[in-house]
Amino acid sequence: MILAVAWSRLMNLRRDRAAFVLAFVLPVAFFSIFAGIFAGSGRSTTRKVDLVVVDEDQSPGSQRFVAGLQAEAGLSVALKPSDKNAEEHPAGPLYTAATAEQAVRRGDVAVALVIPKGFGERPLAFGPGKERIALRLLSDSSDPIAPQIVFGLVQKVAMTAMPASLARTGMDEVDRWSGGLTPEQKERMETMLGALDRESAPTRANPAATPSGEKSGGLGGGIVAVDVRDIVGEKKRNPTVTFYAAGLGVMFLLFSATGAGGALIEEAESGTLDRILATRVSMTRLLLGKLVYLAGVGIVQLLLMFTWGALLFGIELFTPQHFPGFLIMTVATAIAASTFGLMLASVCRSRMQLVAVANLSILVMSALGGSLYPRFLMPAGMQKFGLVTINAWALDGFQKIFWRDEPLWTLWPQVLVLTGLGVLFFLIARRVARRWEFA
Amino acid sequence: MSATALPLAIRDLSKSFGGRKALDGVTLDLAPGETLGLLGPNGAGKTTLVRSVAGRVVPDGGSLSILGLSPAEDAARAVRGWVPQEIALYPLLSAKENLWTFGRYQGLAGEALEAGIRKSLDWIGLSDRAEDKTDKLSGGMKRRLNIAAGTIHAPRVLLLDEPTVGVDPQSRERIYAMIGELKGGGVSLLYTTHYMEEAERLCDRIAIIDNGRIIALGTTEELIRRTVGAKQALTIDTASPIPAEFKERLASAGASVDGDRIQASVEDPAAQIRQLLGMLHDEHVGVRDLTLKSATLEQVFLQLTGRELRE
Repeated sequence: MILAVAWSRLMNLRRDRAAFVLAFVLPVAFFSIFAGIFAGSGRSTTRKVDLVVVDEDQSPGSQRFVAGLQAEAGLSVALKPSDKNAEEHPAGPLYTAATAEQAVRRGDVAVALVIPKGFGERPLAFGPGKERIALRLLSDSSDPIAPQIVFGLVQKVAMTAMPASLARTGMDEVDRWSGGLTPEQKERMETMLGALDRESAPTRANPAATPSGEKSGGLGGGIVAVDVRDIVGEKKRNPTVTFYAAGLGVMFLLFSATGAGGALIEEAESGTLDRILATRVSMTRLLLGKLVYLAGVGIVQLLLMFTWGALLFGIELFTPQHFPGFLIMTVATAIAASTFGLMLASVCRSRMQLVAVANLSILVMSALGGSLYPRFLMPAGMQKFGLVTINAWALDGFQKIFWRDEPLWTLWPQVLVLTGLGVLFFLIARRVARRWEFA
Repeated sequence: MSATALPLAIRDLSKSFGGRKALDGVTLDLAPGETLGLLGPNGAGKTTLVRSVAGRVVPDGGSLSILGLSPAEDAARAVRGWVPQEIALYPLLSAKENLWTFGRYQGLAGEALEAGIRKSLDWIGLSDRAEDKTDKLSGGMKRRLNIAAGTIHAPRVLLLDEPTVGVDPQSRERIYAMIGELKGGGVSLLYTTHYMEEAERLCDRIAIIDNGRIIALGTTEELIRRTVGAKQALTIDTASPIPAEFKERLASAGASVDGDRIQASVEDPAAQIRQLLGMLHDEHVGVRDLTLKSATLEQVFLQLTGRELRE
């Protein structure tokens, strides 16, 4: 009897495609996405950090240091814009401190390292403060991990790629504070340091041998001085909250839009849709009416989410700089999400089917598009792939407003794509809804 | 819209679904102020015909006009009302809100809409329940509201698709009274039902549809005269089984035998009953029960379609 109960449930599951998808396909799809995000599509255990390097020193020591950084498996070093985007800048000039800062502000990279003049001569951080030459690390605080990784690797590379410079600096200090070395001692030291220079010519480090969990002990320590400056988000009161308000807001907007869009299926099943279409309401008017409702609810949802975030968690919403951009992005996002909901509701044959398809597609889009895990922390390929989702475009827009304080006009790609998707989804919904229109 | 055009003029209408003919050359007229009953077994084509008139099905051939207008035209939507068989209302909206919604869908606004809502609520007897959510109303109340939602714009042609299905006798009487008021107001009605007595009581003419064709059309009396004739149905239940050789003699007298039941259509009841009872008496077959019934629409339907109406 117990087995009969189990058997009947199993038969039910086999025939209920929606339940089948929720039980088996969704978990596997979701796992695959997160496995892809965290495992870098299986090729590496840690993501590479994109790093712009500006060598203002151009000394043999600094060049060895840069070469050492380039040889690091954990870093993807760009010395000029063409290294990052060969198509746009086929033979562009080297980054300067200013253009590197712009790159970080734009969000092209999370970290830039500026090697100031004299670093090759005196790379060590100890000694009198006046002579201390510190590297400058420009970072985007939205990615708190990248500067830590770069800091640690800078210390490592300094030790491995330019040991002679370090030793020479050390000997100078000994010479100064110990009363002086004899000429013979200095000559033997130079011979030894020359040999060390030749031996320490950089080679690509074996990734397997690279200590991935190396701790710097904080950005203030280390043998090489590094001044870290958050140039994006440095004045934000609570930057992570902004990210999650947008991320979760967009995800729930999609859920509520598909849920409410399902009313169309219920109307079809109850006969109300037939009755409506026999009145003066055409299918186009009906779908437009539903779009106005769904988008209105979506706008209120996001407004509520961010207002709550502003009141409790310090999101800077009600400022002249942020609010107009927020409204523009909210409207564009609500239109895209609402039409997506309408499209799914038009395509699906039953409420159960809609629930399954909506859960699958929204969770996958949210994972890929950065609602659940920031896209900038994903592998580069995954980041690009994420742009197929509404979430990615919406979050990029919200980030521009709240994180990068970019002017309104810079939102045009996001607004264009989201409204374009809105038009496309609506047209698909209208086309598919013809099945309800006439028999 | 032509002043002389019929409320409904259907000519040689045909529609197929996947090779199956749902309508096969239907021709039908609805006269001004007339109530035309549409009867047919399940799958006969009633729903397809009604949905064609409602503009929800596009016919493959033939023509259909509502007061001279094509069913899909906006002007036709304004003069046509449709009360579907389902309770096609928003359950979480109140009675008043449902009427407001469907009134707006029909293009009413302002004072005309407000007046339409007041009049409808009064008509269906729900003025005191106007603010109640629809899903809290009784089955009969929902049915009445369903009718009001299809008539709030005062249509001249109304399609009523089984408006009393699942309704208790008291509510049914109330709906009959509402339909009477619509008829009194000059509305032309196309009325589908499974209840024969309802069709006989409310409809001026009856159209019987089967296999996508109109197989009979006329008043109840005309249909009976044309099909069953003036004959009455005689049924005699015997006290014991009828012997085989006696069955043959009964058959030659125009009666059919099924077990211990004898049935016959009689034109001269007194003479034919005397003859049959005499034969039974001679054979020493006792009579347990005897009934004589005038012909009904049910018999007409059975004779024409070979099926009960509820099949």
